[in-house]
Amino acid sequence: MDVKKLKKIFFSTLYLSTFTFGGGYVIVTLLKQKFVDELHWINEDEMLDLVAIAQSSPGAIAVNGSIVVGYKLCGIAGIICAVLGAIIPPFIILTAISAFYTAFKSNTVIKAMLSGMRSGVSAVIVSVVYDMSRDIVKEKNITHMLIMITAFIANYYFKVNVILIILTVIVIGILTTLTHEKKVKRSLVQ
Amino acid sequence: MIYIQLFLAFLQIGAFSFGGGYAAMPLIQDQVITKYGWLTTNDFSDLVTIAEMTPGPIAVNSATFVGNQIAGIPGAIVATFGVIIPSCILVTLLAWLYMKYRSMKMLQEILKSLRPAVIAMIFNAGLTILIPTVFPSGFSAMFADVNFRAFVFFIAALILLRKFKTGAIQTMVGCGIAEVISQLLLPIII
Repeated sequence: MDVKKLKKIFFSTLYLSTFTFGGGYVIVTLLKQKFVDELHWINEDEMLDLVAIAQSSPGAIAVNGSIVVGYKLCGIAGIICAVLGAIIPPFIILTAISAFYTAFKSNTVIKAMLSGMRSGVSAVIVSVVYDMSRDIVKEKNITHMLIMITAFIANYYFKVNVILIILTVIVIGILTTLTHEKKVKRSLVQ
Repeated sequence: MIYIQLFLAFLQIGAFSFGGGYAAMPLIQDQVITKYGWLTTNDFSDLVTIAEMTPGPIAVNSATFVGNQIAGIPGAIVATFGVIIPSCILVTLLAWLYMKYRSMKMLQEILKSLRPAVIAMIFNAGLTILIPTVFPSGFSAMFADVNFRAFVFFIAALILLRKFKTGAIQTMVGCGIAEVISQLLLPIII
């Protein structure tokens, strides 16, 4: 077992996880910079595939990205080091904040600050949703637009469970892929 | 048993949040507010704000925060462990399948159909933060009870984000400071 390599993996994900704001996609880019461009431990094409796997799996992209890199470089031991590095910083930071939150929640200044920030965070989410749904509308794929509208109505008005909606859409996804493949095959035969 | 509940709740959050980042939000809301009542809607808004302002994925940040609030450090460890376990298993499995078949077409097709549903549910989770902030008595009584200041901050934040491309953290802190000034300082001056 390459202890030096494991150490490098651990400290790389630890460092990236401590100082990266702005979510998983940023971390994945930085992982690529570190392990492809700087250390040359993974080649560019392979990294693209690994990133695709990380983004296709459920869960946090930053954690998934660390897992694929760790797995590629050192197998299971690599996964453990990479994941620990990725989660220790947020664990420590949020544990500290959680203690602080309980103690200061009733402080008038903190309370006002947090309640003001609710308007801000709502705006951030609305803005993100606007960008994402615009991409869907631009695709001009009727199935996808129908899925978006139906999922919203089901979730908002009928309070349908989130996991149930996801599972249903997965089934729809499988069915449309299968029928699409059949059509392609048939057109090839003709 | 609280530890088992925390573990299972965050296991589901980890297993079903496809697409990273905000995708975890509707699942956290579903498990943590609706199912177990571990957090109030206000706490959830604060949690999203805090998660947005600190490094680390929303899912991991929430697991640590909720775990800590509900059952201290052991709770935080159990919840965080729960949220990353599905990633560890599914990412490794997918990486292995990918190495074997060199294709992820089916999976990527499914993800394409999932994306619009996830966007719709993120929007819904965003509404559960926005509505109580702007309309304290709920959406149905929206004209009877409006928090005009929160509404103005929300619109101002949207303009900052969209027109002036202000960063998310700066925008949220700006809203927080504006609320502190109007709640605590203005009454003293005027």
